[in-house]
Amino acid sequence: MELIVCVKQVPDPEAPPASFKVDTATNKVVPPPGVPPVISTFDETAVEAALRMKDAKGGKITVISLGNNLVRDVVKKPLAMGADQLILLEDPVYENSDSWSTAYALSMAIKKIGNFDIIFCGRQAADWDAGQVGLGIAEFLGIPSVTLAKKVESIDGKVRVERVVPDGFEVIESPTPCLITVTNELGEPRYAPLKGIMKAAKIQPIIWKPQDIGVDPSQIGASGRRTKLVKLFQPVKEGKCEIIEGENAADAAVKLAVRLREAKVL
Amino acid sequence: MADYKGVLVCGEAIEGKLAGITAEMLGGGRKLADKLGEGLAVVLLGSGVKALAQEAIAFGADKVYVVDDPVLKDYQTDAYIMAMENVVNQVAPRVLLLGQTSMGRDLAPRFAFRLKTAVSMDCTELDIDPQSKLLIQTRPVYGGNARAVFTTESLPQMATIRAKAMSPLQRDDSRKGDIVDVPSGVDASKIKAKFVQKVKEEVAGVKLEEAPAVVSGGRGMGGPDGFKQLEALARSLKGAVGATRPAIDNGWVPSSVQVGLTGKIVAPEVYIAIALSGSSQHMAGCSGSKTIIAINKDPEANIFREARFGIVADWKQALPAFTQKVQELLK
Ligand SMILES: Cc1cc2nc3c(=O)[nH]c(=O)nc-3n(C[C@H](O)[C@H](O)[C@H](O)COP(=O)(O)OP(=O)(O)OC[C@H]3O[C@@H](n4cnc5c(N)ncnc54)[C@H](O)[C@@H]3O)c2cc1C
Ligand SMILES: Nc1ncnc2c1ncn2[C@@H]1O[C@H](COP(=O)(O)O)[C@@H](O)[C@H]1O
Repeated sequence: MELIVCVKQVPDPEAPPASFKVDTATNKVVPPPGVPPVISTFDETAVEAALRMKDAKGGKITVISLGNNLVRDVVKKPLAMGADQLILLEDPVYENSDSWSTAYALSMAIKKIGNFDIIFCGRQAADWDAGQVGLGIAEFLGIPSVTLAKKVESIDGKVRVERVVPDGFEVIESPTPCLITVTNELGEPRYAPLKGIMKAAKIQPIIWKPQDIGVDPSQIGASGRRTKLVKLFQPVKEGKCEIIEGENAADAAVKLAVRLREAKVL
Repeated sequence: MADYKGVLVCGEAIEGKLAGITAEMLGGGRKLADKLGEGLAVVLLGSGVKALAQEAIAFGADKVYVVDDPVLKDYQTDAYIMAMENVVNQVAPRVLLLGQTSMGRDLAPRFAFRLKTAVSMDCTELDIDPQSKLLIQTRPVYGGNARAVFTTESLPQMATIRAKAMSPLQRDDSRKGDIVDVPSGVDASKIKAKFVQKVKEEVAGVKLEEAPAVVSGGRGMGGPDGFKQLEALARSLKGAVGATRPAIDNGWVPSSVQVGLTGKIVAPEVYIAIALSGSSQHMAGCSGSKTIIAINKDPEANIFREARFGIVADWKQALPAFTQKVQELLK
């Protein structure tokens, strides 16, 4: 099977909330010093979904990432996990892309790849939490999409997906080619073995510039945006926690219960 | 712009009733429509949904478009997009709102791309700019660490709305409105990804989203046994148990009890957060709680910046005494 995974490099979403800063003059997030970026959490899960498919059916996994200043060690992680090839759409023009311009450029690159069975995306990127790009790619390519997958199997030439819903899951069947977005319920992404890391070090990413994928320049990056970011800010926290002390943990716990009763919380 | 008018809410039904989020969107949508001096409509798609039209009017809609067709019985992306395209072409709303639900998450982005417009997902606040009449869309980003405000020029201006972010109006059954039937226009041969079946995995007891009290555990609970103790506390409070993602990823509790950005949104009277650090992504699902209480052994944990009351303690020592005292006080 020909499998494609779209992965995005993002600031580490697990960095402590206290280290998070916004530059309100430029409406941009200031990356915390010393915290390297990562592949967005659900995109690693998407890589895992593709690897499981490859384990079951064989084939090849192509990873695509769009951005600027992509850190090689970061975007190569899917290769170390077992993906076969990495295409980078890397250019300053992609700074300040939105969901529309990102999905457009990625779909043009996928058109250039040509033949594929399944595209995997994360359910949402851990920076803007939009959850749009995958569906946008599917719409640009005119292929069916299934979101929030926790299990993806290929049966009789069809893709069978378990889609997470609040009270269980739905089973959806789609013909190929199709696009699937995955959620963490799929399971933990595998570790990159040392052998994989060494293999990945040897693979050169393929770099496609905007002109290589035939994009309309007015539709990519900031010029292609459909949304205008008016303001980015950090909500103010009141942070007035009343810490109840006690002689020991059990005593503090009892006093907490009494205090809650007194404050009519209980 | 002249041709696009009013606010249209894409409604949802749950087990034969209007979904809570739909009533919330009608409440929020009513304010927007009044600011615009235009109408508020709702579209109900499904099979046997006509019965809900009156309820939607009672919650604030001026007009209800009913697309009642067996082909829409279960949510399927392709079918719902075709039906929505049909409705939106007819109604031409200035603002189109959907819920940030499993349907809205799937339908809204793809539909926005189809219409060559944009959507802001998971908004918590909407307003109308008095000068430009543009929809001002505020949504949490970076896992809840920041808020972003967006506007879009293309029409319709679309947004999905986070659960419990807006308040429904008081139900008023004397309200009057129009009910219009619209054919679905769905060509079944164009439905590519097909719904096969639904498998329910419901947890027993009080429903998490509706519980007056939620007791949530995190990674620090260390395993499923800890969650048994949380259940005892939850039961005493007539509440439900929730969890952070690591507890789910480790298989200690089912995924249906995850609270947060990618889990359930809860807003109980009391939220007790135990052995969880209070990550922004988790708080996104519970920051609307009336009172947050924290038990954590790390005095620096972020949860103490979010909670109103707390103790710095190992839950293993604190919880039994706390549960016992609570039971005693509530007797
Ligand atoms: C895009 C995205 C979406 C996400 N969505 C969600 C979501 O919906 N919900 C969610 O929960 N997470 C979500 N996450 C994950 C989130 O970022 C955090 O990793 C997660 O919430 C941390 O869970 P935790 O607090 O249980 O674990 P940790 O952060 O590891 O915290 C454990 C806490 O337990 C305390 N502790 C340990 N032992 C004890 C003890 N014996 N007694 C008392 N305290 C103890 C520690 O001091 C620590 O504060 C998401 C992440 C991303 C990137
Ligand atoms: N710049 C990008 N490069 C590659 N894939 C991306 C990019 N942006 C988004 N995606 C994919 O689309 C998914 C949803 O992203 P978003 O709509 O931004 O939340 C991500 O999980 C990725 O799989």
